[in-house]
Amino acid sequence: MTSPVMKVNDLVVEYTSSQGTIRAVNGLDLSIAEGEVYALLGENGAGKTSTVEVLEGHRSRVGGQVEVLGIDPSAGGPRRRELRDQIGIVLQTSGIESEITPREALTLFGAVYRNPYSLSDVVERVGLGDFVDQRVGSLSGGQRRRLDLAVAVIGRPRVLFLDEPTTGFDPSARRNAWELIRSLHADGTTILLTTHYLEEAEFLADQVGVISRGEMLVEGPPRELQQVHGRSVMSVEIAGAGSSSDVEASVAAVLDGISSTLAWQGARLLITTEETTKVLERITRWALSTGTDLSEWSIEHPSLEQVFLELNAGIDREGGDD
Amino acid sequence: MTEARQFPPSLPLLIRQAGHQLRLFVRVPVAVFFTIALPFVVLFIINATSSDRLIRDPNGEWPVDAFVCVAIAAFTAVSATFTNLANMVPIRREEGVLQRWRSTPLPVWVFVGGHVLAAVVIAVASVVVMLAVGVALYGVSVPLSSIPALVVTVVVATTAFAAMGMAVAALVPTASAASGVANAIVLPMALISNVFIPTESPPIALDIAANLLPLRPFVDAVQAPLHPTDPTTVPQWGALGVIVLWGVAGFACAVRTFRWNAAPGGSTRRRRVAHQSG
Repeated sequence: MTSPVMKVNDLVVEYTSSQGTIRAVNGLDLSIAEGEVYALLGENGAGKTSTVEVLEGHRSRVGGQVEVLGIDPSAGGPRRRELRDQIGIVLQTSGIESEITPREALTLFGAVYRNPYSLSDVVERVGLGDFVDQRVGSLSGGQRRRLDLAVAVIGRPRVLFLDEPTTGFDPSARRNAWELIRSLHADGTTILLTTHYLEEAEFLADQVGVISRGEMLVEGPPRELQQVHGRSVMSVEIAGAGSSSDVEASVAAVLDGISSTLAWQGARLLITTEETTKVLERITRWALSTGTDLSEWSIEHPSLEQVFLELNAGIDREGGDD
Repeated sequence: MTEARQFPPSLPLLIRQAGHQLRLFVRVPVAVFFTIALPFVVLFIINATSSDRLIRDPNGEWPVDAFVCVAIAAFTAVSATFTNLANMVPIRREEGVLQRWRSTPLPVWVFVGGHVLAAVVIAVASVVVMLAVGVALYGVSVPLSSIPALVVTVVVATTAFAAMGMAVAALVPTASAASGVANAIVLPMALISNVFIPTESPPIALDIAANLLPLRPFVDAVQAPLHPTDPTTVPQWGALGVIVLWGVAGFACAVRTFRWNAAPGGSTRRRRVAHQSG
C-alpha cells in the first residue's frame, strides 16, 4: 500500500445562516491512496461539496485534521503555493472570462505552474482542437466544460478534484471525459470525484464513499459495495407446483430465517436477497424433494445505483428523529 | 521532477496578468466606452456650451475650456481605476474567475497587482490622450519641466484610487450593487470637485468636504503643473498626501474584507443552485 495522498480525520464543517448554524459535515473520515480514483457519492446536501471544498482549500473547517500531499489545505504562504502547484480543480462554475479564447486561457494559466503540460499536449488530450481559437463566450456548454478540465490539468497536477465533471454532458461527451479521466489515472494522477451519476462512479472509481448527512455511510471498491450492501434479484420459473399462492407459501416456508422478499413477474418468481447461495441451496432442495421443475434461473447483481438508493432509503427510515 | 524546478519569477507573471487585464479591457466595448469615450463626449459638450470666460484660482487665471479639459483628464484617470475596478472585480467574482485563480499557485499579490497595474496603465494612457486633445483643441500647454511632477501625481494617485476601487469591490456583495455604489460615490464627488463645472464660491461645508475627499485634491494636483500662467514643477505633496491616505485606507479595507467567492445572494450563485450538490 502506498501512503495516503489525502487524509481527513473527524472533519467538521458548519455554515452559519440567518436560520442558525447548520452542520454540513459531521466527523467525516477519509483516506485516499496515491493514484486512486475515489468517487464521493451522496444526495444533495449530504456534505460532498463541503468536504471537497475543504480539501481544495476553498472552505474553512470547524474541526478535524486534513492533509493533501502532506500539506494542510488551509495553510498560507509558500506551503499554499506549493500545494496549489500540485493540484488541479474543476469547479462547478467555469471561471474563465468569455472575452478570451481557450488558447489564451491555457497560455495564461500554464504560465503560473512550475512544470506545466505544453499547450498542444493539453489541446490534443482534452480535444479542444476545433475551438481553441474561438472566444469562450461562443462555446457550447460541453466545450466549456472541456476547457475547464483542460485548465485544471494544465499544471500537471498530482491530485485532481472533479466536482460533478460531466453534469450537462451528452452521452458521447461523457464517454470522452471518462476516457480522459482514465488516461490521467493511467498516468498516476490521484483523482477525487463527486458525481450524481452512479454509472460514472462504477466506471471510473477504484474506491467509492457514500456520505449522508455529513457522515461516511459506507466505503469500498464499487464491486464490494454491490456485493456487501446490495440485494441481488434471483428469478426462476417454477412449473407443475400448483397455484402461485401455494408455491409462494412453500418457498416462503423453505426460506424461513433468510432475509428475502418474494414477488411474481408473470410465471417467474423474483426473490430479492443478500444471501443468494443459501437461497439457491434451500430452493434446490425443496424442488428435488417435491419433484418441482425449476427452469430459467437467473441472478442479477445490483447496480451501484440500487445500492445507493437502498442505503439512503435506510438512512431516511432511521433518521426520522431529526 | 517538479521539486527541482523553481516557480516562475513574479515580475513576468505580473506583467502577463496586467496584459491579460488590458486585453479584456479592450474586448469589453462597454468598459472602453464608459472609461474613455464618455469623458470625451462630456468634455466636448461642456466646452461647446460654455462661454469664453476665465476661471480665477489662487495662482491666476485659466481659460475655462483648458481648465475643464485638465479636470476631466483627472476624472478619466479615476474612472479608469476606481470605477473600473469597483465595477469589474465583482462581476469577475460572480463569474467564478477569482475563485478559479485562487485555485492556482499564482500569488495573490500578483493577481491583484495585475488588476491595479492594468488600471493604472489605462489611466495614464487616457490622461495622455485627453491632454493631447487639450493641447490640440483647448489651448492646454504641457511644459517639459512639469512632466515629472505630472507623472508622479498621476501614478501615485491612480494607484491609490485603484486601491479604493478594490475596497468597494470587497465591501459590496454583488456586481449589480457594486456598479451603483461606485457611481454613487464618484458622480456627487465630481460635482463638488471642479470636474464638470468649476465651483466658484461654494458653501463652506461643501468646500471642506471636497478638500477632504480624494477627487478634488487630485484635480488640483493635476492642474497645478499645467497651470497656464504659473505651472509648478514639483508635485502638490499636501494634496497627494490626502489621496494616499485614502488609498491606504482603501488598501487596508480591501485586504481585510476581500472575498473570492460570490455572495450567497449573487446572481451567478442563484443560477448555480439548480445543480448544486452538497
